[in-house]
Amino acid sequence: MTTIYILWLRQLKRYVRSRSRMIGSLAQPLLFLVALGFGFGPVFQKAGQGNYMNFLVPGIIGMSIIFSAVFSGMEIIWDRQFGFLKETLVAPVSRFNIMLGRTLGGATMSLMQGLIVFFISMFFGFRPENWYLFPILLLLMLLVALLFTALGTMITCLLEDMQGFQLIVNFLIMPLFFLSGAIFPLTGLPKIMSVISSLDPLAYGIDSFRVILTGSTQFGLHIDVLVLSVVTVIFLSLGSYFFSKIQV
Amino acid sequence: MNIIEVKNLVKKFGDFTAVNDISFDVKKGEIFAFLGPNGAGKSTTIKILTTLLHPTSGKIILNGYNPVSEPNEVRRSFGIVFQDPSLDDELTAWENMEFHGVLYDVPKKLRRERIDYLLNFVDLLDRKDSLVKEFSGGMKRRLEIARGLLHHPKIIFLDEPTLGLDPQTRNHMWNYLKELNKNEGTTIFFTTHYMEEAEKIAQRISVIDHGKIIASGTAVELKEKAGANTLEEAFLKLTGNSIREESTGVEDRMRMHRKAWTGRK
Repeated sequence: MTTIYILWLRQLKRYVRSRSRMIGSLAQPLLFLVALGFGFGPVFQKAGQGNYMNFLVPGIIGMSIIFSAVFSGMEIIWDRQFGFLKETLVAPVSRFNIMLGRTLGGATMSLMQGLIVFFISMFFGFRPENWYLFPILLLLMLLVALLFTALGTMITCLLEDMQGFQLIVNFLIMPLFFLSGAIFPLTGLPKIMSVISSLDPLAYGIDSFRVILTGSTQFGLHIDVLVLSVVTVIFLSLGSYFFSKIQV
Repeated sequence: MNIIEVKNLVKKFGDFTAVNDISFDVKKGEIFAFLGPNGAGKSTTIKILTTLLHPTSGKIILNGYNPVSEPNEVRRSFGIVFQDPSLDDELTAWENMEFHGVLYDVPKKLRRERIDYLLNFVDLLDRKDSLVKEFSGGMKRRLEIARGLLHHPKIIFLDEPTLGLDPQTRNHMWNYLKELNKNEGTTIFFTTHYMEEAEKIAQRISVIDHGKIIASGTAVELKEKAGANTLEEAFLKLTGNSIREESTGVEDRMRMHRKAWTGRK
């Protein structure tokens, strides 16, 4: 337990201390909110889909979570580069607990990142439908954050070097984000695209946020939670398996 | 009684054989020096002993356990000061110590006492709340050593611990380690490029070169064997005068890392 706690605490301390990174990672979601939110707003309205900002905000929360979660999972690369990984790998604690502590730390950070985006969106006029459902939103956000931090860890254990990093961003995170229904509704899509979207875990995450925040849903909350939980467990298990195989 | 037993250990990275069929023992409570030029296979051997790398073949027993099949038991048996930096730059000196103490399950009261004592010992107590990234190379080195001494394991590995340390700190450190060796029977396994250090401190020495152990014994025995007056002379006679490079370029290292990382052969 203390192992998990101290690793969690370390991630958090690093997060709080690197303000530039925190602010930097908010730039992108903010840009999306402003450019897309105000840019597509009128068209969306004319198409009879209602308020676009209300539709977009859960998507952008999901976006900020997936980016910061995958990146924090991938921080193992840095630890490896700077040698700190060795310190944890020779310690007499189980690698599963190390992995779990790191993942929880990364997920907590991403949750905070998502929360900041949520509160920023309120300046753009966004209001959740029911405030009393807010604690459930937090849990869902944490679940999504856990899922993608575990994914980041998993990938990093397999990655050959730093060069792979950009590859992951362009070929994994970007498609996951764009196909998740974060910026457009998943209804009425070409068959092939809706199949792909239904394979994207982020789609279920964002859908669950929408249920809580705006009351609209694509898959239904119970399906969302089921898919998210199952995928999280799979990624966590695979991640800790790969992590246990790391040699320095 | 032997606390470390190594038999026919081989480690290959692709075509490159870093450790080529070595065997040696370290007795319980012994101060043992592992000497060799750069790239001889010292650090690779230490990494294998400390569960960071898997051997290609060979048999190892450390404190009665097998590092491959019983890594957790082995990890509970030793502490290590690495050759390369392994601190978290974004944490303070104190936090690095605390992190280590928690991972090694040192009880809180004892932990806090020892952290203060050791930080004072390496002259960093007044900088304990500074981030490590603000430290100079020497300060980081000192902090690594203090951290390695925080818990009292059965075996301490020190991979070129005194590199870049001033004579005062070096002296200090060895006195502490000798005390630990005497009072708690801690086995000490170290590598160094300072021959006078090995001669003065180590009870037994093995010399490794090109992945092979070429001589073992006390400093006196090694000198006799090589027909030399000092250990430095003996070392040069045994290993030759040519200058070695660690593994070649960054790319080669990356490739080696990659292999080690993904477990590809």
